[in-house]
Order: sequence, then C-alpha cells, then structure tokens
Amino acid sequence: MKIKTIQRNPDDYVPVKNTQESQIPRNLDPELHPFERAREYTKALNATKLERMFAQPFVGQLGFGHRDGVYAVAKHYHDLNKMATGSGDGVVKFWNMSSSEELCSFKAHYGMVTGLCVAPVLASKNKNLQYMLSCGDDKTVKLWSVDTDDYADVKDDLDLNTKGLLKTFYGDHAFQGIDHHRSNSSFVTGGAQIQLWDTSRSKSTSNLSWGADNVTSVKFNQNDSNILASTGSDNSIVLYDLRTNSPTQKIVQQMRTNSICWNPMEPFNFVTGNEDHNAYYYDMRKMNRALNVFKDHVSAVMDVDFAPTGDEIVTGSYDKTIRIFKTNHGHSREIYHTRRMQHVFQVKYSMDSRYIVSGSDDGNVRLWRSKAWERSNAKTSREKNKLEYDDKLKERFKYMPEVRRISRHRHVPKVVKKAQEIKRTELNSIKRRDFNERRTRKDKPFVPERGKQIVGTVHQYEDKPKKKKYDEDEEEYPSSSED
Amino acid sequence: MSASNSKIAAKPRENQKKFERPVSNVSKTKKRSKDKKLRAGLRRIDEQYNDAVYSAAATEYLLPESTGFLEAEDEMEKTFKVRQSDIRDSVDVTTANKALDLSLKEFGPYSINFSRNGTHLLISGRKGHVASMDWRKGELRAELNLNETCHAATYLQNEQFFAVAQKKYTFIYDHEGIELHRLKQHIEARYLEFLPYHYLLATAGETGWLKYQDVSTGQLVSEASTRAGPTTAMAQNPWNAIIHLGHNNGTVSLWSPSMPEPLVKLLTAKGPVTDLAIDRSGHYMVTTGADKSMKIWDIRNFKELHTINNLPTPASNVNISDTGLLAVSRGPYVTLWRDALRASSDAKPCFGSNRGKVSRNTPYMQHLFAGNKVDNMKFVPFEDLLGVGHGTGVTNLIIPGAGEANYDALEVNPYETKKQRQDQEVRTLLNKLPADSISLDPNVIGTVDNRASNVRLTAKDLAEITNGSLDKNKNRTDIPEVKPDVRSKNSGLRGFLRKKTQNVIDERKLRVQKQLEKERAARKRKAESNGEDMEESGDVVDQALSRFG
Repeated sequence: MKIKTIQRNPDDYVPVKNTQESQIPRNLDPELHPFERAREYTKALNATKLERMFAQPFVGQLGFGHRDGVYAVAKHYHDLNKMATGSGDGVVKFWNMSSSEELCSFKAHYGMVTGLCVAPVLASKNKNLQYMLSCGDDKTVKLWSVDTDDYADVKDDLDLNTKGLLKTFYGDHAFQGIDHHRSNSSFVTGGAQIQLWDTSRSKSTSNLSWGADNVTSVKFNQNDSNILASTGSDNSIVLYDLRTNSPTQKIVQQMRTNSICWNPMEPFNFVTGNEDHNAYYYDMRKMNRALNVFKDHVSAVMDVDFAPTGDEIVTGSYDKTIRIFKTNHGHSREIYHTRRMQHVFQVKYSMDSRYIVSGSDDGNVRLWRSKAWERSNAKTSREKNKLEYDDKLKERFKYMPEVRRISRHRHVPKVVKKAQEIKRTELNSIKRRDFNERRTRKDKPFVPERGKQIVGTVHQYEDKPKKKKYDEDEEEYPSSSED
Repeated sequence: MSASNSKIAAKPRENQKKFERPVSNVSKTKKRSKDKKLRAGLRRIDEQYNDAVYSAAATEYLLPESTGFLEAEDEMEKTFKVRQSDIRDSVDVTTANKALDLSLKEFGPYSINFSRNGTHLLISGRKGHVASMDWRKGELRAELNLNETCHAATYLQNEQFFAVAQKKYTFIYDHEGIELHRLKQHIEARYLEFLPYHYLLATAGETGWLKYQDVSTGQLVSEASTRAGPTTAMAQNPWNAIIHLGHNNGTVSLWSPSMPEPLVKLLTAKGPVTDLAIDRSGHYMVTTGADKSMKIWDIRNFKELHTINNLPTPASNVNISDTGLLAVSRGPYVTLWRDALRASSDAKPCFGSNRGKVSRNTPYMQHLFAGNKVDNMKFVPFEDLLGVGHGTGVTNLIIPGAGEANYDALEVNPYETKKQRQDQEVRTLLNKLPADSISLDPNVIGTVDNRASNVRLTAKDLAEITNGSLDKNKNRTDIPEVKPDVRSKNSGLRGFLRKKTQNVIDERKLRVQKQLEKERAARKRKAESNGEDMEESGDVVDQALSRFG
C-alpha cells in the first residue's frame, strides 16, 4: 500500500527570522478564487470612488499673478520647470513651476503682450543660450534672454525694460501671435499681415499673406517643421509651406478660429479652438471635414493645447472653464473651474503632460493637474502596482453603469449648467427642424456633423470613390474636384 | 510580445483547460461585427485572455506541494481495508499528530466547524459545550458552557468570531468567548452558514425561515419563508453563494437573498432530506434522504448523475472534499469514494467489491466508530484530514488525498501571521460583495445584457423601480398603514374593515385583510422579541362580533 499525505514543512512557509518576509505561495486555479468577476467589479467600483475622492485638480496659482489679464503663455521646451506669461499691461513674467514662484517680472511692451514664445532652438551652437520672443500691440517684436540673472537688477515692471533685451524688430502694424521655427532661426508673426522673420535680420524676410484680413494666430508644426498654420479674422485657417514660401490650403469656417495647435506625435493633425464653442480636430491632408469635434463648452474656445503624448487636448474657454478631451472621444473627460477664475484665454500643458497652466482674465496664472486624482510624490512599488491594477480595473469595467456614473460625475458651475440646458434645447430644436424639413425635401443634402462648420475649402478634395451600382450614376453627379 | 504569443497560442498547454473561464454568451457571429475598431478590440481581449490562461497554466508546474494518495499495489489489496491505525503508523509524525482524537463524553454529540484557513476548530456539544481551539498547536482559545442546547456553530470571517445556534436564539461570540450579540431575529436556528465573500450569516432551522444577517453592518439583509416546515439540511454553494436547503418533503430548494422565492426546487428524495453537500467548483451536489437514497446531481443543469437507492441504512451526513472525495456517514460508519462526481456509469459509488467487474467505484476508505454515532463531519481545509464530530467527542481521520495541497496565500492563508490576518480582514471588507448580487451565475456581472433594449431595464428605470417599491406603501393612501405598535383592538385597518360592507369582497378589502394579517404577525413578532410571553389572544372580540355579522 502506498500512502502519501500533504506534508508542508512550516519552515518553508513561516519566516524563521523576523527579518525574513513570509512566503506568499500562489495557486492560480480558478476554483480557489470564487467570485472572480464580482470581486474585480467591486474593486473597480472602489477604485473609481477613490479616484473621485482624491480628485483635487487645482494645485495653486503661480506667485501672485499679473496685474492685468494673462493673454500669452509660453512653454519652455527644454526646461520642465520654467514658464513665461505675458499680460494685458505689457508685463512678462518668468515662473518657477516647482516652487510656483516668480523668477522675474519686467515690462516688455507698451500695451498688450499679444504673443510669447520661447524658441525651441539655441541662440548659437556653442553657447547654451536660449531666447524668447514677445510681440505686442506697440508694433514691435522683442527678443529676450531667458536667463533670469540678466533680469536681476530690474527695478520694477512699470517702465519699459531694456535689461535682458537682445534685439527689437519693428513692424508696420500691431502684431497678433508669434511662433518660432523648430530648427532654424526664423519666426513668424501674425497681425494685419503674416510675416516671416529671421532673428539675425532686422526686417521681415517675406510676407505670406493670402487675402486682406487680419491673422489672429500662427503656429509652426514642430515635427514637420516647414509647415505652418494661421487663423484669420475672416474665419479662415490657412496652411503654409516654407519650402515653397507660399500658402497651400485655406478653409473657411462658419465662425472664427481662436487658436490652433499641432499634434506633437502625429505631425499632420492639428486641433483648433473655435468661436462656435467647439474644438475641431483636422487632418491637414484632408480638410473638408474634421476628424473629430470636441463639444462640451458653452462659450467660445479661446485656446487649445496638445499634451506632449498627443492623445489628449486641453481647452480653455470664455465660459470660465477648462476642459480636457481625449482625441478619440468627442466629449470632455474633465472640467476644471474655480469660483475666481474668469474667462480663460490661455491653457498650456506642461512638458511632462502632468500639469496644465492656465491664464485668465483675472490675472492669475493657475496650475492644474492633468489627472486630478494623481499625485506626484515618490511611491513604493506596492503603491505603484496598486495604482496600475486599479487603472486596469477601471478600464475594464468602465461601461458598467455604476462605475460610469461615478467616474463621470462632476460638479459644474450653475451658470454653465444653465447654459448647457439652453444650448441643448436650441440644438434639439434645430435638429427637429432639420428632420421635419428632410421629410418633405428628400433632396436636401446631408451634411455630416464633422463637416457642418466648414463653409468652403480652396483646394477641393476628391471623395473616396464609393461603390456605384450603375455606371450611369457617374454622369448624374458632377465630380467635385473640377476646380 | 504578441508575436511570440500568437505563436505559442497555436500549441496550448495540456493543463490549460483547468484555467479556462466559462465562455461568455457572445457568439462567433456577433464577434464578426462590421465595426473594425470593435473587432480589433475584441480580438485584443481574446488574445489577452488566451495569454493569461496560457501563463496561468504554466505556473502550475511551479506549485511546491503535491496532493496525497492512497494506492493499492496489487489487486489483492483494497484501499478501503486500510485502517486508521495502519495509516497512522506509516505516515510521518507531524501528520500522525494531526489525527486528533478528543474524548468528550459528557456533552455530546458534537458538531464541528473549521475556520476558513483550517487553523482553528470550533466544536459545539449538543448539551452546551462550545470550544474554539487552535487544534494544531493544541491551544484552547475559548471554552463555554452555555447550559442550553447548542445545535450548530460556525466561525465567521476568521477565527476571531463565531456564531452559535442555541436553543432559541443565535449568538455571536468573540475569540475569547465573550458574548457580543444575540441575534434575536434568528429564532430556533439549527444550521448556520457563513458566506465569506458577502459577510452574510445565513441561518435556517425549526421555523422554516431562511435569514441572512450581514455581520459587517449588523443588518438583517433578507428573510424568506421556505413554507416547507422545519429545515432538515443546509449547505452553501461555495462557487456562487447560493444556499441549498433540504426539507422534510424531500425537496431541496436553492435560495438567494434577493429573491423571496426559491430559485430552484428539486425533488431529491421520497422522505426527508438528511444532508446535502456541494463541491467547491459548484458543479456537483450530493443529497441523502431518509429513504436510504443518495443522489449525485450536476447542478449546472440540475440532472441526476447517479442514484443509489438502497443504502444499508439512511445516510446522516455527506461532505465533499476540495479534491472531490465524497464522504458519507451512516450511523457509526464513514465511507469515502473517490471520483464519484463524474457522469460516467462506472463512477457510481457502490459498496460491494467488484465481483469480477473491473469498473466499479468501490469505496476509497471506510471507518467505523464502534458503538457510536457520527453527528457531523467536515474536511479540514488544506489538510488530508476529515474531522468527525460524534457522540463521544471529535476525531480527525487521516484521508490521504482529501485536501488541496497548494493554497493561495492571497486568498486564504493557513500560515498567516496576525498582521496578515488583520490586513486580510480589511481587504475582504473593502471588497465585500453586495448581498443582492448573489445569483446562480456568479459571473453574470460585467456581461452584456443580450435582451432587446425595450425589454431591458435602464439604470434609471431600475432606480425608479427600487425607489418606487420602497415608498409604494406611502403612496397607497387609500388604506391605513401597518402599525405593529398598536396594541388596541381598534387599529385603523380594523376600523376600515368594519366600515366596509361585510359581504362585499373586493380587491381593496382583500388587501386590507392581508395588511391586517401582516400587522398581527408584526405585533406578535415584536412581542416575542421583547421576550414577552404572548398569549395567543386571537381576535376574541372579532370572533364574538362576527357571530352577529
């Protein structure tokens, strides 16, 4: 007779010394783990609740802000820690993001600072010198040092500062919007004309204007660095190619575009913030319709910015809120607001995509977390594992009604709530009217939701050849690509 | 990663089947959706699942322990002829020491219960002797002499608390034996089951009511009348937390706290059901009846696999071990079969030797408690032992191959430290499953409701219904409320009934009568719970009046 029983040696399982960790043997047999799904769901629900409990998006404001509204914010591409802001009274301030302190403050322009940008390139190859460009209503573009030591003896920011000023460019008109080329020393300005400049020269090198209207903002593509986009007060978006030194495409929308931002990971895509409360995601190769429409704001979108990861955008709006969207989703995943924050004119992601900086009418520069429940402290590996596990669970059960309800719940200001209701009623009635009209007018063309905002494009796109039942059909529909 | 996996996935591991989860009801055709993104998502989920199953199967090779066995070396040897003394002599000392034999002649018969990790043993003698002990170390944790009949005792989430079903009420004691609670709603309970993942204590007994008490919040979650007289057997399905009750009329009913009616009723015997047991996978159930029958059921489709109609004497207890050993006790005998939970006909348990027939499932082991009677038996978790409570004490039988050799320390840990026990308690409380989620399919949560959208309830509808049912009684203003506090003979309902014409019976009147009945029951219950000796006063006045009515 062969007999064997289970013999566990306790020494293998119980720690002998108190410095030893106790053994955690695992057995993945599903029979030992009943209610697997139900327990995971409970964990997911708890994780969602904890996420909402820990959601504290507002980190704080930078220093004491500006005396006037903040209308220009510039990211520093090489330094996570620094940020520059410009305000309505012509003052530019440098900030230390980690201590949220003001590094220096000086008056750069008479009147408003309308554009600010830290050049992504170094001033010269051998010196680790970086510079910043600012433009203003006073018809000047100024080149500044970003080294705060240069501003050490600035007395106050009431008189126009000349310390740290490297160069001044004089133009014929007030400037609106400025952006620097990614790899060479050229930069572009908007305003009555769109002009290309070179930092080593004092006059603009070329004028790219197409049409007579004002250009409100300009933005270089940071990857495909010879491409450049501008928005105009004639509701247009224009794309330029610096290799041919000419505009390549222009579309006109129903309403004005306030800002534009290129996707840092997909160089052909860009997002625009529009006066019609929406942000639009375009592919520059095919601009007769948007890739996606980001709806949720109840007032004009003043600024958009891509996260450096390229899968999220942040929008600031005239409705005094900031929203965060995922690029593949039409509605916002997050809304940020405080009682004191006025119309948001600037929002920028930090270069590590974990923080958002916003500048608003009230003169404060605010720092937000991009994931409201995340904390940036050092975590133990157990903590990290737990957070990763929770993320996975939340992802897995995100469609469960309870989980979804809790994770989507946000407190929204009363004004916005009310405006949302009114807007919904309006949109519904428009939809209803359209539906009724369509019942009697069968030939009414169907315009997709993503193409509604477009009035026209200069260069037409050929539609994808659809499956045609008969060859005769071809003659009935004139092809749109004739001119 | 995916490239290498797709290569591996073509050649699944042999033991992979064990780790497969039941497939969802999404058919192949539905997976062939037109939506490209959706299809890619589904494919990715499938890949991840296959990957998980594959790597889980790979870890089985790393398990440190192996299950025990008892094997005959030639045809002349029979495993059921091996006696406990023989086994004790041939196994190692530590195992032999675990074959505990407590001789407690005064307060028996004893019923026993092991804590979830098997470290602690709770014994309760019928005459009121209750003791909780760390049986491996031989340390007594608590000992109580309650001076009243005790029918059952069970540990709650860990060995820190235990519940005892006493003569009238059920009590909860802590690890030192200090009385913490008297569950006054659990009257004359005879069977106790603790559902560890839901923190529910389920009781059933003489009253024929099944009651669920949430031991973490203290609320009575649900109570249901079986309407089948005293309950004669009770067991929980560890896979889906459904409670199975055996009744005097031979039926077994399946209960969940969310339903006032049994989910399933099975006729299993021609006489009272004496005991029932369910295996840990939740696939099989074994029932024994007073009509000397024993039946093995597949409870996935509620079909009988095997029926044994002529046991020598009626079986009194039945139990299934983690490895699928079936233990049955009849009077002084304990008999075990291996592989009895299979559908094939040669798996049918039988007593005799195999009289030339090779393929008969003869007993695996047997034991006789001479001149004694087995009252209760439980397999010790993670050990090759069967604890038997009998008339004169408690005995552990060594049953090689009965226990799960490899435990999962994150689930139940027999070697846990105090700190680990405390952590585990907090963790399980955080992940406590809601009582109303208990259903026959434990994996129904998170699946897609396949019913048509107009049949399906939305979350909003559901909320409205549940809220509506809560204040439904409030909305019904046409009849007065149930007031158990009212002691007078002229309650609102009674007055209402008097006002109505006596010989007109309409829907409203029926409802009032029903409410009145409820009120009476509530009042009685209240009086009982206050410990008052309520005389069945009846409605003497009404009776008297009705003679004239």
